[in-house]
Amino acid sequence: MISSDPKQVKQICFDNIDVPGMHTLSVARKNGAYAFLPTVLKDFDSGKIIDEVKTSGLRGRGGAGFPTGLKWSFVPRNTGKPTYLLCNADEGEPGTFKDRDIMRFDPHLLIEGMIMAGFALDVQDAYIYIRGEFLHETNVMNAAIAEAYEANLLGDNILGSGYSMDLTVHRGAGAYICGEETALIESLEGKAGRPRFKPPFPAVEGFYGCPTVVNNVETLATVPAILEFGGQWHASIGVPNNAGCKVFSVSGHVNKPGNYEVPLGTSLKTLIEDYCGGLQHGTVPKVIIPGGSSTPWLTAEHYETPLTYDDLMKAGSFLGSGAIIVMDETADLVALTHRLAHFYAHESCGQCTPCREGTGWLERIMKRVEKGQGNAEDVTVLGEAATHMAGRTICALAEGAAAPVLSLLKYFPEDVQARLAEKS
Amino acid sequence: MSADAVRFSEERLAEIDALVKRYPGPQSALMPVLYMAQEDFGYISMEAQKMVAQVLGLRLMQVREVVTFYTMFREQPCGKYLLEVCTNAGCMLNGAYELADHMCNSLGIKMGETTRDGMFTIAEVECAGACGGAPVVQVNNIYHEKATPELMDALITQVRADGGAA
Repeated sequence: MISSDPKQVKQICFDNIDVPGMHTLSVARKNGAYAFLPTVLKDFDSGKIIDEVKTSGLRGRGGAGFPTGLKWSFVPRNTGKPTYLLCNADEGEPGTFKDRDIMRFDPHLLIEGMIMAGFALDVQDAYIYIRGEFLHETNVMNAAIAEAYEANLLGDNILGSGYSMDLTVHRGAGAYICGEETALIESLEGKAGRPRFKPPFPAVEGFYGCPTVVNNVETLATVPAILEFGGQWHASIGVPNNAGCKVFSVSGHVNKPGNYEVPLGTSLKTLIEDYCGGLQHGTVPKVIIPGGSSTPWLTAEHYETPLTYDDLMKAGSFLGSGAIIVMDETADLVALTHRLAHFYAHESCGQCTPCREGTGWLERIMKRVEKGQGNAEDVTVLGEAATHMAGRTICALAEGAAAPVLSLLKYFPEDVQARLAEKS
Repeated sequence: MSADAVRFSEERLAEIDALVKRYPGPQSALMPVLYMAQEDFGYISMEAQKMVAQVLGLRLMQVREVVTFYTMFREQPCGKYLLEVCTNAGCMLNGAYELADHMCNSLGIKMGETTRDGMFTIAEVECAGACGGAPVVQVNNIYHEKATPELMDALITQVRADGGAA
């Protein structure tokens, strides 16, 4: 059980992640699941819930870090249209693997968070858009949802409250771009996942043209604790403007890769050394990608940066989804950048020219450079192409594609030059 | 496959009817129905796509656009065991390319190919979202984390010894 004393709190979403059988309703209930739900349905109203979430300082855990309560408050009321709640479980940002653990080990936490969010937003139909590869997680979620329906936690007149909500799991099919919220909506409408131009924002015109809230799994899984212990309680964890805990998915060259939920403000170094067992080789990382492969790189000089939205931005990157990819001195950064360039070229949806063409350019040039067939002009073109893609497209994929290339050129020009010198 | 074979069973059609009701519009059921077609027929042939369009009241083009956009929908048959090796950042840093090369050698095929007996297809895929267990290999969508050449060889040998019984 989570302590109501914020100083004692180490975990929110992952509090029960190791409890055997937690994916079943009986075990989940023994560990506090749905215990506070009747109180919310009886004594809370929409305004109070949204106020608590605003007070909590919760920011979206999927990547953008937008304040959740504020997002909810943008939903227009009494439009005569239904409001939809979509959970973004399309966890595809390279390096990210936290939502998978919430869904396969503690699915009822997500369901409870969705009922509470749905109640606040007067949602009748909610969906979990889960990446297609997560077949096991889909099955676990569906079994948990079936148990929740059986116990009248979902469906008509939930626990006699008069509130009704249906919840459906919808599988994606291997398109990274569907993690972008408007592409996700297109995909859920049965179309190719091509992001929409904004505005209108989904809160006003989303799924089937109706008001729609899209929240990440971890964000929704944080809601039950906020409502039970209060927005103030959550706001007092972490550091100002960066409230609460965050699940960090740490991978790459660390001894104990995995998911670690820590209060925001914990330093990169503490996370890597105290939680992840340090590096496989050496003592200081060569590169740290702090928020998924789309975020700009950090280097040894940033090792003590506190993990907050604000501090990582000051350091020139983003907290993103909290996916930390760590590389020690053995990493081949040119090969890695080529691999990521290939990824973005493969995943570009193709509707915006700068991204469709630019990602292809970056991939082809990086391939040449990696093979030792590049020249000085390639490096210039690489920098120009990456610079000119960002900010000229509908969604942020182009910026994500540019980030590794620009980071490589900025921090490790000597690695690139060494590859050029290999030219036969 | 003959055209007659590309028909959903009555049970499937009932399942689809119930599924469509969960969405504001029938087109939302397209992706789940395509998964059903792939499960029932092994892959999603043009005949299957025409049938799906008819079942959901969509134009063939709407179905084609989705089938061709998403990598997990297959228009061609693949081996009984689909081995998908993630080679993205987290896996690459933990030996995914060496593992992929080893598996290709063990199977005697190149990346993207199917063994002659139709038992195995090997493919390189993008981030599987399990980087804490890198390198990751999916075998018919079941995740094998911290995969090693030895573990993958054992799996291949086991499948061959069992004659490919699933």
